[in-house]
Amino acid sequence: MKLVIERREITSALIRFSTPIASIGIALFVAGFLLLASGVSPLAAYKEIIIEALGSIYGLSETLVKTTPLIFTGLGVSLAFRMQIWNIGAEGQLYVGAMGATWVALFSGIQNHWVMMTAMFFAAFFCGGLWAGVAGFLRARWRVNEVIVTLLMNYIAILWVDYLIYGPWKDPKGFNFPLTAQFSDTARLAEYFDTRMHSGFFLALFCALVLYLFIERTVWGYEIKVIGSNQKAAQYAGMNTGMAIFFVLFLSGAIAGVAGFSEVAGLQHRLQHGLSPGYGYTAIIIAWLAKRSAIGVVIVSFLMGVLLVGGDSLQLLWQLPVAFVYAFQGLILFFLLASDFFIIYRVKLIRGSINV
Amino acid sequence: MFEILLDATVRAGTPILFATLGAIINERAGIINLGIEGLMLIGALAGFSGTYWSGSLLVGVLAAFCASFIAGSIHALITVQLRGNQIVSGLAMTMFGVGITALFGKGMVGLTIDGFKRVAIPGLSQLPIIGKAFFNQDMLIYFSFVLVFLIWFFFYHTLWGLGVRSVGENPAAADTCGFSVSRYRFFAVTIGSGFVGIGGAYLSLASTPMWIENMSAGRGWIAVALVIFAGWSSPRAMLGAYLFGGITAMQLRFQAMGTTISAHILQMLPYFFTILVLVISTQRLQKGASQQPEGLGLPYDREDRK
Repeated sequence: MKLVIERREITSALIRFSTPIASIGIALFVAGFLLLASGVSPLAAYKEIIIEALGSIYGLSETLVKTTPLIFTGLGVSLAFRMQIWNIGAEGQLYVGAMGATWVALFSGIQNHWVMMTAMFFAAFFCGGLWAGVAGFLRARWRVNEVIVTLLMNYIAILWVDYLIYGPWKDPKGFNFPLTAQFSDTARLAEYFDTRMHSGFFLALFCALVLYLFIERTVWGYEIKVIGSNQKAAQYAGMNTGMAIFFVLFLSGAIAGVAGFSEVAGLQHRLQHGLSPGYGYTAIIIAWLAKRSAIGVVIVSFLMGVLLVGGDSLQLLWQLPVAFVYAFQGLILFFLLASDFFIIYRVKLIRGSINV
Repeated sequence: MFEILLDATVRAGTPILFATLGAIINERAGIINLGIEGLMLIGALAGFSGTYWSGSLLVGVLAAFCASFIAGSIHALITVQLRGNQIVSGLAMTMFGVGITALFGKGMVGLTIDGFKRVAIPGLSQLPIIGKAFFNQDMLIYFSFVLVFLIWFFFYHTLWGLGVRSVGENPAAADTCGFSVSRYRFFAVTIGSGFVGIGGAYLSLASTPMWIENMSAGRGWIAVALVIFAGWSSPRAMLGAYLFGGITAMQLRFQAMGTTISAHILQMLPYFFTILVLVISTQRLQKGASQQPEGLGLPYDREDRK
């Protein structure tokens, strides 16, 4: 008896689709033990997640509220993935995007709603873009590792926003809480059905569509794909890879920055501490699970939205820490990576001895 | 004044030093480990609970090593045996570490233990200027000095060390010479992760003898960047870790003196300097004499051998 590992010549569609689903299932199973260890019945917890996130109009609207920033940040990270560039800084880009949008909302004095929205959108877009662009520049110019730079800049972005809301931007009427003044109605996105759901969700879907068309139907999108699959070949073909790296990281950060706009204009109506519970990190899983497809990003973002809303209710019901969702997300990634192995390789059990 | 600052530098630099040493062992074998931040947290919680339950600091440190060793074996299994993506697996480890320590550490918040105490080394601690900072410290700091030497000795003067370096530089050649690539890589990742865990335990057993959720606060990522600064060498890791300890010490000093500069701006300094150092050391890397292991980040499949 001997275990033999060999490469599959072709991978059937069944295996391609069933392994990721199976790996999420196994992750749920293993996470069940973590729940058991902290004294919560896993079945009750999973039932609670589904009911809370999908069982009512309100629950569904909350899920879409959480899905919205996940789509933006997921799209940003997955765009960079296309070119084998790692943008781990979507969290920070979201924060500086929110900061840019807040600056316009509080200090520009624009009176017209649509002008205001456009200005806030672009402020967030460029702030997020430039923030990631720093890493893009360093990577393109000196080949500095973009994983570390984008990640460390998350800490700087969050501290910078903290500095503003504890200091110069603090609401004078806010009883000393770390938050800015509320936005006027001019600077708010439309809300629907008496819930917290806002038009940022549709903007996110629109972004996904634009990005899909950009990648699949334009020369730039084609260049990104070519550079992503073979940088040397792209250089021989005369493509400016350095410029492309900067541009892709800029755009990737810009989309993540728009998440910040959508959060402050649609949901919170002010800049405050703890703006994001880690959407930018969840975005990495989303991009990895979606295998670079924009539609995939939307679907996976929704699933992660369910998990986040469910996680919030677990926190309320059983006092589980919010960060528990991270442990779960980490497990999903572990099992996904492991499942990739079984997509590429086949494990065979051979009876009897093998003559080498 | 200078003596106090130097003392604070060493104390703030030690957790980063352990983490950087652990990361160097990983990367020397060719495996990128971006899970350092999560492994530090796992070590910090395991160390704290171990000491809390047993009353012994040694048990705490061993618990930290073992817990991170086991967590590191997940990364090793995925990246070495299953040839999965090292970057994603490391990020998953960080998320997993943050989450699981928050979950299991909930009951530990607010508890206290007797942390590591200073032990003066007779004679050496009387040296002017450096005596107090380096030789009137706790046992874990002395252990870190020894570890820096041991790792250097291991890599350059033992056969196993040669094995680790060769599976990192050229796994196909190492395989041909009879070094088991998967075994060397697996144990480099797990043992390296164990030392990262001790770095975490330093936070919860010596720096502030208590467990705080997410107490590593980005130190793991600074360690990842310092590996490049250190050129994958353990003595240089010491220099890098103390450099960052120094920045942290100065930042705390500024805050204690009550400057008008916002605490939030001061807290940015270590991250800002890490990026700066990373840019400079990457440039040095490119001017030839690259210390980076050739096989870093590449999975090894014997069938791909040319």
